[in-house]
Amino acid sequence: MTSHTWKARRTLLTAVAATAATGLVTPLRAQGLAPTPTMRGGANNYLAGAPIVQRIGGGGFWMTGTVRRAGDGAPLPRVRIQIWAHTTEGHERDPHSHGATLTDANGVFRLEMPQIVPAFGQAHGHLAYDAAHDENGFETVFLRPVMRSARDTSLNVDFVLRRA
Amino acid sequence: MRSVLIWAAVAVALVVPIVAAAASPLLAWREPIYVAAGFAGVVALGLLLLQPLLAGGYLPGVRMRLGRQLHAWVGTGLVFAVVVHVAALWLTSPPDVVDALLLSSPTPFSAWGVVAMWAVFATALLAALRGRLRLRLFVWRVCHISLAVVIVVGSVVHAILIDGTMELVSKLVLSALVLAAVAKVVLDLRLLPGLRRMAGRNGR
Repeated sequence: MTSHTWKARRTLLTAVAATAATGLVTPLRAQGLAPTPTMRGGANNYLAGAPIVQRIGGGGFWMTGTVRRAGDGAPLPRVRIQIWAHTTEGHERDPHSHGATLTDANGVFRLEMPQIVPAFGQAHGHLAYDAAHDENGFETVFLRPVMRSARDTSLNVDFVLRRA
Repeated sequence: MRSVLIWAAVAVALVVPIVAAAASPLLAWREPIYVAAGFAGVVALGLLLLQPLLAGGYLPGVRMRLGRQLHAWVGTGLVFAVVVHVAALWLTSPPDVVDALLLSSPTPFSAWGVVAMWAVFATALLAALRGRLRLRLFVWRVCHISLAVVIVVGSVVHAILIDGTMELVSKLVLSALVLAAVAKVVLDLRLLPGLRRMAGRNGR
């Protein structure tokens, strides 16, 4: 093996190491964090402007998640997220199945609600960031996450919002 | 004795899924109209088992002529069950049904159900116009069976992918029986050799 090949291999290893290191660092910088697109059917049975509540109904199920800014991934505080689902206490269209909450200083939201049960073939929830009901000025996004199992008692959903 | 067993097996295959669905915990959290939508779907899947059995003359004591008449009646019932299923779902959640009908639903099973629904309607229309269309028996059978296969495959996939009121084992068994019954009719009618002969004649 010539010294030339050795050098090439060392360069390659360095490159691999550098890539790995960048890969670890990138989530912290998240220069290119892409905005979350609206999901198909996400806005179904949405009742705009549900009140901000401590809890939807009797609780027992936790809808959690984060809200960050597209691009730099900065956590977004005081962003209003509305949540609704078919639960043990009502259909999606029932006003009492809807509620909203605000993210905390770390861009985290957490709202207790009744257990989600399968409806229209899947155990799923609905979440909205509605620009018309929030003053932070991001683009509206509707999500419809599906639970991995209908027995889950929580669902975590992350938003990445783009400035309108 | 054999005929009693066959009838008993068919009765069990039709009744057990309905009884099992009636015990579903999901029912407690659904409005009556939504419950009705689900049961219309379960009944429709059961009728899909009767159709090939009647068409093939596999039910003991049912003569071919009576079998054909019952096949037509059950077919009408199937159209009715599908209409109730879709209409009741629409009343339960209009946007979800609109998405499904436009084939833009996020749920993969919707499109299978919608395709099966249109195949049911097309079959009913074709059957209603059969006298006027004056199709040759062979051509009629190929059209009718092709639509039937679309209905059965579409409905079975639709049912299996759904997390709904049907109990899993009874759903899988009924689905398997429906597929088996249709496969038997298709094989017994010997349509494939007929098609091959026709292709041979045209090729000459």
